[in-house]
Amino acid sequence: MDPYALKTLNAERRARRAAILVTDLGDGRDRIVREGDHVAGDLGTAIARAFRTGNSGSVEAEGRTFFLNAHLPQPRLVVIGAVHISQALAPMAKIAGYPVEIIDPRTAFATPDRFPDVALHAEWPEDVLKRQPLDSYTALAAVTHDPKVDDFALKAALDANCFYVGALGSRKTHAKRVERLLALGASADQIARIHAPIGLDIGAASPGEIAVAVLAQAIHAFRSRGLDAKGAAA
Amino acid sequence: MENSIYLDEARDPLIIAEGWMKDGKDVAIATVVETWGSAPRPVGSHLVIDADGNFHGSVSGGCVEGAVVSEAIDVIDSGKARMLEFGVADETAWQVGLSCGGRIKVYVERLG
Repeated sequence: MDPYALKTLNAERRARRAAILVTDLGDGRDRIVREGDHVAGDLGTAIARAFRTGNSGSVEAEGRTFFLNAHLPQPRLVVIGAVHISQALAPMAKIAGYPVEIIDPRTAFATPDRFPDVALHAEWPEDVLKRQPLDSYTALAAVTHDPKVDDFALKAALDANCFYVGALGSRKTHAKRVERLLALGASADQIARIHAPIGLDIGAASPGEIAVAVLAQAIHAFRSRGLDAKGAAA
Repeated sequence: MENSIYLDEARDPLIIAEGWMKDGKDVAIATVVETWGSAPRPVGSHLVIDADGNFHGSVSGGCVEGAVVSEAIDVIDSGKARMLEFGVADETAWQVGLSCGGRIKVYVERLG
């Protein structure tokens, strides 16, 4: 392995950015491909698939055998709002393989008693996200119903290109939210990425069912990354 | 299942390999490139080895690491990468053995 390739790969991994180490198993030469880099032909198709699935493996292309080692950051879910839905969503997402963090400045909601075994921040999103910025391997679900808490986080999620952005509230509530986000400087294209009303349309009624709908929508967004211009229209 | 969102730097084989390189050590990197049947570690898993035989990470559940380490020391000497295969169909498998019954292919290369 080329020492420079190893250094580059580790730097990408530390920064929570996806990278693939492409090794020619014939001559041992290797290189790093970052997400979004253009690679032509069958090799490019295999690389795109590896970025989407996270699966490593060998591929035959241009008469050679390449090994693609896909290094994807651990996808995670940040939930704004320590509400009833979040109580169901946190353990479900963890089981599905998406570590969860919950942010809610309302200390009556954000109690360890209501949220055992979850990373919980009884602080404003502005403060937490300054320390732990969002990124494209993070999903954000805003479920407080309170613009004072949700709006900043939603704008930050759009700017960080989170793979999933969902916001709880009716169409009417969302129309008002769109106006506020435009005023905050979000573009119409960015705002179109928000899933609102939140969750796949499975007729969810209870907090637990809504949590299933949100988690399924986030997983769909993750697994269809790069398949269409909008990321994941569900 | 516990998934950390940040790298576990103290246990991450590729981070350790980079550290060894900075310390001026000779290093080999072994990678699982193919598996059949019930292999204990997924494709892409790493074992990193220095010239003294110190190692971190894993390419199996401990079944074949010893054999990979001794091959890796040869690879560090020669500079030539090797493709190793372990499994029930293989002669050496009976000696170093994957008790799970799977087969794995491991690519061993020198760093630099």
